[in-house]
Amino acid sequence: MSTSPASPPARLSIRSRLAVGVGRAVAGASRLVHFGTGSVIGGRASLLVDSNLLRKLTAHRDVVIVSATNGKTTTTRMLSAALETTGPVVSNSLGANMTPGIIAALGPTALTEPAVLEVDERWVGSVLDATGAQTLLLLNLSRDQLDRSQEVRKLAQHWKTAIGQALPGCVIANADDPLVVWAAVDAPDVTWVATGQDWTSDAAGCPACSGRIEFDRSSWHCTGCDLQRPTPDIVWDDSTITIDDRTIDLELGLPGRANRANAAFAIAAACRLGAQPEAAARAVETVTEVAGRYRVASLDGVSIRLLLAKNPAGWHEALEHLAPRPAPVIVAINARIADGHDPSWLWDVDFERLGGRFVVALGERRHDLAVRLRYADVEHVIAETLDEALLLVAGSPHHDPERAVDIAANYTAFQEYLDRVGGPE
Amino acid sequence: MNAARESAVRIAVLFPDLLGTYGDGGNAIVLARRLAWRDIDVDIVTVAAGEAVPDSCDLYLVGGGEDGPQVQAAGELAASRALHRAVDSGATVLAICAGMQILGHRFPDAHGNDQSGLGLLDCDTIRVDRPRAVGELLTGDVTILAPDGHPFDIGILTGFENHAGRTVPGAGARTFGRVEIGEGNGDGTEGVITGRIIGTYLHGPALARNPRLADLLLAWATGVDSLAPLDDSEIDLLRADRVLAARKHELAPRRSWRDILRGS
Repeated sequence: MSTSPASPPARLSIRSRLAVGVGRAVAGASRLVHFGTGSVIGGRASLLVDSNLLRKLTAHRDVVIVSATNGKTTTTRMLSAALETTGPVVSNSLGANMTPGIIAALGPTALTEPAVLEVDERWVGSVLDATGAQTLLLLNLSRDQLDRSQEVRKLAQHWKTAIGQALPGCVIANADDPLVVWAAVDAPDVTWVATGQDWTSDAAGCPACSGRIEFDRSSWHCTGCDLQRPTPDIVWDDSTITIDDRTIDLELGLPGRANRANAAFAIAAACRLGAQPEAAARAVETVTEVAGRYRVASLDGVSIRLLLAKNPAGWHEALEHLAPRPAPVIVAINARIADGHDPSWLWDVDFERLGGRFVVALGERRHDLAVRLRYADVEHVIAETLDEALLLVAGSPHHDPERAVDIAANYTAFQEYLDRVGGPE
Repeated sequence: MNAARESAVRIAVLFPDLLGTYGDGGNAIVLARRLAWRDIDVDIVTVAAGEAVPDSCDLYLVGGGEDGPQVQAAGELAASRALHRAVDSGATVLAICAGMQILGHRFPDAHGNDQSGLGLLDCDTIRVDRPRAVGELLTGDVTILAPDGHPFDIGILTGFENHAGRTVPGAGARTFGRVEIGEGNGDGTEGVITGRIIGTYLHGPALARNPRLADLLLAWATGVDSLAPLDDSEIDLLRADRVLAARKHELAPRRSWRDILRGS
């Protein structure tokens, strides 16, 4: 990865440097009064001083964009680790994934350092335009926070338009998600990753022709037009990944099918950007915790493990990762702005799979969850606080004090409990 | 269907692959459990897009959805007329949001053009120039007169709405009455009722928070006027929580200054 020799010296204007400084000062002040990391508010302050700052901060570096409904933070983390085998890399690793957060991450770094950016699904177009990113990873699209986000199909259209305008040189995309395939298929060079994604509820209608997508065991096609599963360039199984006809062992530190798919994207992208496949795989294996997800900690003498799930596809995966039945589990649901105000999606999650366990319903929308669990015939109680929930679990018949209690939570509930055990990293 | 289950209540879930964006599948779960808890057999018949719609079910569920799939669902139902035949022979229907719109006389598509509806609900949905209605929706106390004139108290209706259209009930149509909080049809009323067809802007799993509405549908579908009471105490807690939140216009429960500064 290098900048072209003809490019002007990498140097920011006085205005841009002032903007970066203001952002850091505001972020620092925010941290000082314990308002979190301050990256978003600092980035906003920078943009007030120089609205073109993102373009200037990325003019001299290679930029990779990672976007998806699920897995973007983890994949960004894995890709950063894989690329660091070739040299220093900057990333918005705390998950602040719109322009202000990206600016806060890039501001303090060398202007030529390559950037791996997690980008909110709705911001792909503007970030692609501002950064001129040449590599774009599109992982998946499914229903998420529908009261504030755009409908899934509109997001796919947004991605398709963004790619058509910016024409990034290298797109790495999910061959098993019809919405992603439709969005990416016209890009000049697409590397297709097989993900074995089995959440298909949001892609039954064809995005191209409004016909119907038919899924069979390992493939899919539209019954009304020629949209179909492309032949994957990257495939993987439980212990290996095959890339450019080379099969490499892969033993991840993170659990589950979705994380293996994330790793495949990260390794594929790192190789396209010049990393050695073996080295990239070894680096990806070292990732064991991402922004507190899967954190094991002790709280009031009880060992806990934190799992994050934000939407039906995410819960579909998270329920698979729980300690085996009949281990009790705490499930926490909030519905703040970052979660989406409407937890109707609880009914899209197969909570019947919690049958045979003792479940504690927690979070600001614990009553919505309790009603969902009642209709799923899952034994449960309601707790108002995490401490109360831990007491209830510790006193339940199948609690094994040697094993961490799983706490599966959606976004703001997860952040709250993560803060209780010391915050991210 | 085998002979032993001929007496089962048959509930058809129409096109969940097209109309089911917002947890609409919850309504079938609620109805099925409320029957099972009363030892009444139930058959859930899930009909995917492109499949033949049966005309012999007792209760039909039509969910909400995005603009494109909504037009496709309307087209399939108009072509087969299975739902028309079912309604003619007395079937009960719950139509949510986009589902209500397509059961009316006309509704706007993604481009704002009028599409013909099924004409089963006496209402027209039109596009209006206003932001999407998104938030808690609350009505006053609702009493519905069954087709035989028997009054059925279903209490306050509580739910979440998320829609752009405005629905104008026909001159002879009934509604759930006045909206207390939220947008509803857009004229101060909520929902449209024609015979045993109920349309509502309470989106997604509307029956989860409204067990009396679920029991009204079941009473119509089974022909049993007084179904055995169930323990709905947990649902009452949820209803109290959401009614309070709606009245406090509390879209973001306990949102602190810290959340606002974080932008979350």
